[in-house]
Amino acid sequence: MRSGEVLLDVQGVTLTREGRTILYDINLSVLAGEIHALLGVNGSGKSSLAYAIMGCEDYRPDAGRILFAGRDISDLPMHERARLGLTLAWQEPARFEGLPVGDYLTLGRPTISREELWEALNAVALDPATYLPRAVDRTLSGGERKRIELAAVYAMRPRLAILDEPDSGIDVLSFSDIQQLVQRMARSGCAVLLITHRNDMAAIADRASVMNAGTIIMTGAADEARRVYTARRG
Amino acid sequence: MKAQQISGITTPRGDPAWAREYNAILQAYEQAGGPTAALRSGRVAAVVVSANRVLGVVTVPGVTINAEPLPDGVQAQIMVAPGVRLERPVHLCFGMIAETGMQRIVADYEIGAGAQVEFLAHCTFPNARDLRHIMDAVVRVGADAHLRYTEAHYHGPYGGVSVEARAGITVDAGGRYFSTFSLVHGRVGRLLIDYTADVEASGVVDLTSMVYGAGDDDIEVRETVRLNGEKARGLAKTRIAVRDRAHSRVFTTAEGNAPRTRGHMDCAEIVRGNAVAENVPTVIVRSDEAHVTHEAAIGSVNRKELETLMARGLDEDTAVDVIIRGMLGRL
Repeated sequence: MRSGEVLLDVQGVTLTREGRTILYDINLSVLAGEIHALLGVNGSGKSSLAYAIMGCEDYRPDAGRILFAGRDISDLPMHERARLGLTLAWQEPARFEGLPVGDYLTLGRPTISREELWEALNAVALDPATYLPRAVDRTLSGGERKRIELAAVYAMRPRLAILDEPDSGIDVLSFSDIQQLVQRMARSGCAVLLITHRNDMAAIADRASVMNAGTIIMTGAADEARRVYTARRG
Repeated sequence: MKAQQISGITTPRGDPAWAREYNAILQAYEQAGGPTAALRSGRVAAVVVSANRVLGVVTVPGVTINAEPLPDGVQAQIMVAPGVRLERPVHLCFGMIAETGMQRIVADYEIGAGAQVEFLAHCTFPNARDLRHIMDAVVRVGADAHLRYTEAHYHGPYGGVSVEARAGITVDAGGRYFSTFSLVHGRVGRLLIDYTADVEASGVVDLTSMVYGAGDDDIEVRETVRLNGEKARGLAKTRIAVRDRAHSRVFTTAEGNAPRTRGHMDCAEIVRGNAVAENVPTVIVRSDEAHVTHEAAIGSVNRKELETLMARGLDEDTAVDVIIRGMLGRL
């Protein structure tokens, strides 16, 4: 589904938090419909970059700009970025007391049909009849909550989904199930920025970038990026 | 007359004034979320009280209800016979249509050993401008009995109600008592909740209060759970959201007075605008085998929750509203 059109264009982004620079002159582009892996070890700045792209509080860049579908979104609040078709699945998703899963999945796309809700939960191996009425709260295991987060992003049908370590903490879904879900999203026309520290997860990517110590050290074909990542990790 | 749809009514029929008041109070009851169809069906046990007038009493086998007027309210005695298991809840409808006045409810609940029953209470004051409602309740849950008591209030839009809800609860060995108090629609006015529960061996008590204050509403919640018998368990849970200039104060106490008792206090208060929230937990342990814990989250909406919803396209105000409504069970 890649079109060659640049959907996300991060240009020279630098981010300082609590007096420490954690992103240095980041340049990154994600094409429409592509799976773009962002490889890096823990602490390399992958999640910080995701938060900066999404517009999270305290992650506003000191320099550089972020373009989405050709529009400078650097000063847009999160919800306006989301309404343009950008969203993020957190590595450790928040929990919501009293908010049913069905309502949670509907928030991102109020016009979603019942069939699409079921499809989203089935895509992450959760039984819709069981889970739709349950609350997105502490009664869910970490793995269940993570799968619901992926289902919520899938249900939203964004133009670009940033998935932050989608395979971490998943109890039942296998590694290949996650890969299939990501590929399914891409087939539906959604570009995916796949953040991972696992080299094998990046195997499904069209392209990949390698991050180290707050800097992107290379971007290229996924196989090449995986080789570089492996070599640097030793 | 619609009133005749209720069987077993103890109040006079054929009186148009009574019918008007009865229908008005049921309309208010519906505004507060009460299921009027069940109430009108005559198949559920029920008490309907307007000011100090008992408009209707319906009983079912195993349930005895005595309700008598007082000068400023009603005295009610509700008894569930031992071993009785009711499939449908007992409905309690208290309220006043007037803008001003006083209503005092003195209630005595006696749940016989082994009985299982649920009460749905709705207190409605839709037009209140200067109105006082006092509830003094004594609740006795017999051995191995199970009582679920859900009380929803609707105070109208003016904040002109002062509510004092007091209850002394005793739960005998193996008994279980679950209560939920909610005032999340309309204004609060002034609210005092003051509940004390004494729990015997292997008994369980679970007190939940949910309140949404705005304007200059004033909310005070006092809940004390005394776990007196071995293996007794108790939870005092408060969920409060305040905005504008509203003020909430939550004082919870859990006492672990016997071996292997387990107590927990769980308080979440969300504050917006110039509102103020206070929480003062007290833990008392008199047994080296008891365990009592407390958790509280007071302040703004959790940032991660907020940003998660904003990443789905909700603006900040809408996201906060979704979080508060979820917390208060209003979704």
